[in-house]
Amino acid sequence: MNTAIQTKTLTLVQAITDGLDTMLGESKDVILLGEDIGKNGGVFRATDGLQEKYGEDRVVDTPLSEAGFVGAAIGMAVNGFRPVVEIQFLGFIYPAYEQIMTHASRLRMRTLGHFTVPMVIRAPYGAGVRAPEIHCDSTESLFTHMPGMKVVCPSNAYDAKGLMIAAIEDPDPVLFLEPMRSYRSSRGEVPEGKYTVEIGKGKKLTEGDDVTVIAWGAMIPVAMKAAEDMKQKGVQCEVLDLRTLYPIDKDLVIESVQKTGRTVIVHEAHATGGTGSDLISLINDEAFLYQKAPAERVTGYDTPVPYFGFEDHYLPTPKRVAAAIEKVMKF
Amino acid sequence: MEKDFPIFQVMDQNGNIVSEDYKDLVTEERVKKFYSEMVRIRTLDRKSISLQRQGRIGTYAPFEGQEASQVGTALALESDDWMFPTYRDHGAAMVFGHSLRNILLFWNGRNEGCVPPDGKKIFPPAIPIATQIPHAAGAAFAEKQKDTKNAAICYFGDGATSEGDFHEGLNFASVFKSPVVYFCQNNQYAISVPISKQMNSATIAQKALAYDIPGVRIDGNDIFAVFAETEKALKRARNGEGPTLIEAMTWRYGSHTTADDASKYRDQGESALKRMETDPLLRLERWMKNEGLYDEAWVKEIEAQAAAEIDAAVQEMEKFPKADPAVIFDYVFEKPTWTIEKQKREYLELIGGEA
Repeated sequence: MNTAIQTKTLTLVQAITDGLDTMLGESKDVILLGEDIGKNGGVFRATDGLQEKYGEDRVVDTPLSEAGFVGAAIGMAVNGFRPVVEIQFLGFIYPAYEQIMTHASRLRMRTLGHFTVPMVIRAPYGAGVRAPEIHCDSTESLFTHMPGMKVVCPSNAYDAKGLMIAAIEDPDPVLFLEPMRSYRSSRGEVPEGKYTVEIGKGKKLTEGDDVTVIAWGAMIPVAMKAAEDMKQKGVQCEVLDLRTLYPIDKDLVIESVQKTGRTVIVHEAHATGGTGSDLISLINDEAFLYQKAPAERVTGYDTPVPYFGFEDHYLPTPKRVAAAIEKVMKF
Repeated sequence: MEKDFPIFQVMDQNGNIVSEDYKDLVTEERVKKFYSEMVRIRTLDRKSISLQRQGRIGTYAPFEGQEASQVGTALALESDDWMFPTYRDHGAAMVFGHSLRNILLFWNGRNEGCVPPDGKKIFPPAIPIATQIPHAAGAAFAEKQKDTKNAAICYFGDGATSEGDFHEGLNFASVFKSPVVYFCQNNQYAISVPISKQMNSATIAQKALAYDIPGVRIDGNDIFAVFAETEKALKRARNGEGPTLIEAMTWRYGSHTTADDASKYRDQGESALKRMETDPLLRLERWMKNEGLYDEAWVKEIEAQAAAEIDAAVQEMEKFPKADPAVIFDYVFEKPTWTIEKQKREYLELIGGEA
């Protein structure tokens, strides 16, 4: 008997397609809705070929109406389906914000579990691909602040498929953030068929005793490059890929910070009210006396994400991250 | 446009049948059923205002004046259909089979009030305006996908038609032929803003033209017009013909809520006059009187029955166990996250045995 797991080499976006394909194949309750996701396969081709395979009833091109189709998906979720909606870019989600904030995230609580909304909202996010304005937002904190929503963000192909399947199977609404900068920048081995990456669990990418570097999504390559550069200078970084922004993997973060006593958090979202603030609160609660230096944040600024002509100045870079690592080391 | 969308009536305000085609619909049995249901919900409405004044429930949104729209629609539904009410449609929900105790619990600040009886597909009242319109489009689309004959009814007011969700929801439903009836109770005021300032269009029904779906304007205080048009729209929905927009002309006699004072923005004398002229219950009384069927003893009896039913529900509501703080933590997710578990534990520890 051959028990070896078959894998294939996929980009992150292909792994998302594979995850959707796996779940569409497994359950008739799974239905995809969004703009241009059918014949066109999505503007990033994340649903490429799925309408052809599963039909127009299951991979549904919707009118251009984020509030409308997210609202309709809530109605479908309550009525037995597991909708996966695609928001073309996270920066276009705001018309649907009311639907997510006042309904998707709180129907379970409003009705004490009588009505639930097992839906996934997919949204490519982030800057660094020379996209037009508003196509580059990284406003995950609007959703981590929202009770009743889980927020996940893979950085690689394996996690993308596993988290997608976990999100679709989750009984509650999940915002699935896709780092568009990483969609095709690398490839990874992805198992065939079904597997999950648990929501709420991060992953340690490198072992190190000196500094804990926490990042997710498109900031993982930036953090990894900085960690590698600092290694040349004799600083051992422990890079954590958070993977889920709510609920945060408390144990992973705390165990690492209690060991290193130094933390650098990297995110491209704005600093104020960002997930970095939540991480620092967590460290304050659980690892205060282990601290050898105040935690540093390397983030996007408290400015709108600028036009792409300026985006390299806005986004965290390995240089900025390395500087923060040096700062906590020298404190 | 008013001419293109005339106000459909079966029975005029004097209790005379004005649409011969619907003559057979108006039977003594149906009149009595409709009348007694309207009495039930009016009794609830008045009782609720009184409870609010006594501090026994929270802020309350009255619907008196709109009973025909709510009862006529609810009675046209099949038991497996979906209902998407607003905060002013608990009359419809009550007639459709919602628990009276839970309706009162809702107004007393309890989530338990949003839970319908098992098998009753009644959504919790929409609080933000028009957001339920896409939900109904989706829930109905799901019925179509499941190949059932179930339909949905979605209530909203005139103000909701200015919201984006109204247009997005109707558009979605029309594209996918969702089996849904969009029922607008045009009571002509969105809190204080009159319909003339709400929209430039002469009617709400005409907005259906944009989606190429039927739009009809009816006398929302004529319960037979409401019942007939809702049935017709539901039939279309079940036949796969998609959504219908019904504009029911009506009036709320009272204020927007018990926290509002309508006399600040309109002459409440007008409401008193409308009550004399177009009240949905008086209309049926006039029909019964015209037909020689009005029986004051019967009216007193159904009023007494309604009062007893509602008093019993008030007692149940007031006897309901007091709010358990664990509830606010336990229903955010199927399984609480660690942050919620921690907050719950710390709060329950703090309040000690008082939970």
